[in-house]
Amino acid sequence: MYAFTYQRPSTLADAVAAAQDEDAKLLGGGQTLLPTLKQRLAQPSALVDLSGVAEMKGIKAVDGGLEIGAFTRHAEVAHSDLVKATIPALASLAEGIGDRQVRNMGTMGGSIANADPSADYPSAVVALKATVTTDRRTIAGDDFFTGMFETALEPGEIVKSVRFSTPDKAAYAKFRNPASRYAIVGVFVAKHGAEVRVAVTGAAGSVFRVPAFEAALAANFTAEALNGLSVSADDLNADLHASADYRAHLVTVMAKRAVEAAG
Amino acid sequence: MPCTVTMTVNGKTVSREVEERTLLVTFLRDHLSLTGTHVGCDTSQCGACVVHVDGRSVKSCTTLAVQANGASVTTIEGLAAADGTLHPMQAAFREHHGLQCGFCTPGMVMSAVDLVRNNPTPTEHDIRDGLEGNICRCTGYHNIVKAVQAGAEAMNSPSAKAAAE
Repeated sequence: MYAFTYQRPSTLADAVAAAQDEDAKLLGGGQTLLPTLKQRLAQPSALVDLSGVAEMKGIKAVDGGLEIGAFTRHAEVAHSDLVKATIPALASLAEGIGDRQVRNMGTMGGSIANADPSADYPSAVVALKATVTTDRRTIAGDDFFTGMFETALEPGEIVKSVRFSTPDKAAYAKFRNPASRYAIVGVFVAKHGAEVRVAVTGAAGSVFRVPAFEAALAANFTAEALNGLSVSADDLNADLHASADYRAHLVTVMAKRAVEAAG
Repeated sequence: MPCTVTMTVNGKTVSREVEERTLLVTFLRDHLSLTGTHVGCDTSQCGACVVHVDGRSVKSCTTLAVQANGASVTTIEGLAAADGTLHPMQAAFREHHGLQCGFCTPGMVMSAVDLVRNNPTPTEHDIRDGLEGNICRCTGYHNIVKAVQAGAEAMNSPSAKAAAE
């Protein structure tokens, strides 16, 4: 690692002030950032550790859903009785991130701000009609992810919390890389009244919805409703783990599994 | 720019001057000479470096020492009793041949203890799932799973619970 300075502010305002240095990096649980720094792939002048900011922590019930602080660790979401009772699919998704030690450190805000194309949480943000609250504004989940490792966040803007809408039914099905546990393809299906959302992660540069699947499931919320439907392999990711064609195939398979799991 | 970190390691308060970029595993091994915590892959995959920070198992190769400032850290050296009596999980690994070369064992044992504390009666599936962050290249895991099952039973026995309190 290259050398950096380290700060651990105790308020969001102090964190925002510290993050104004353009070479500063925000530190959540560090499970992506620290390996990146160890490989000298980044050289921030300063790390701003958000673990001391109390207003970024915790899980609470709000009208129509759940509000989860950005500095809430994956293990806390996975084990929360409130999340398990309100949006069990979200707890299940969190329990499937990385391994136990990664979940004990990694945070929701860190995951969505990093916007890894294979991360799990982006699919929940989109499928659960989330809104992302930052230090300065509210961003619709649909507008948050703008590309591979790119979000609508401005330089120095800090995610404070994420508000998820409670669906009638939902499930997340992931075909994971067995070594990294990242999603090769992950599909989050959520039914909100007459509306169904199908959000796919891992398959492309950024999370995306599948309108044809959503329309079919809105008319008939069964796995069979997806028979014969598929996404185009154009623009899907291809790497040593899976070709674009295989990923396209997996999108339908995992969407069906999610619908079956949602019941 | 050096900074001072203070934490409780295996029940003792320690304070050292370190660089901000010093990893927790480097702090434990090089600054405190607690070499039971191993560095295997150094890329957050293998779990040989697992320690407990405030009761949660973490990979100390992917944690900065400054992130553990003020925390209570337990390493493999802190599990056995003061008289040398092995922790029930350590004893179970020995009894059930849960190791061959032993390199992964400190991390395996620390992960297993955290697993059982959160799930006192894990199934075989729970154990295999809970040890996903720990890689062993010798055993094929079978005896490790048996050891964790036996260790869990031993940790749940009244005498072990009394000793832990």
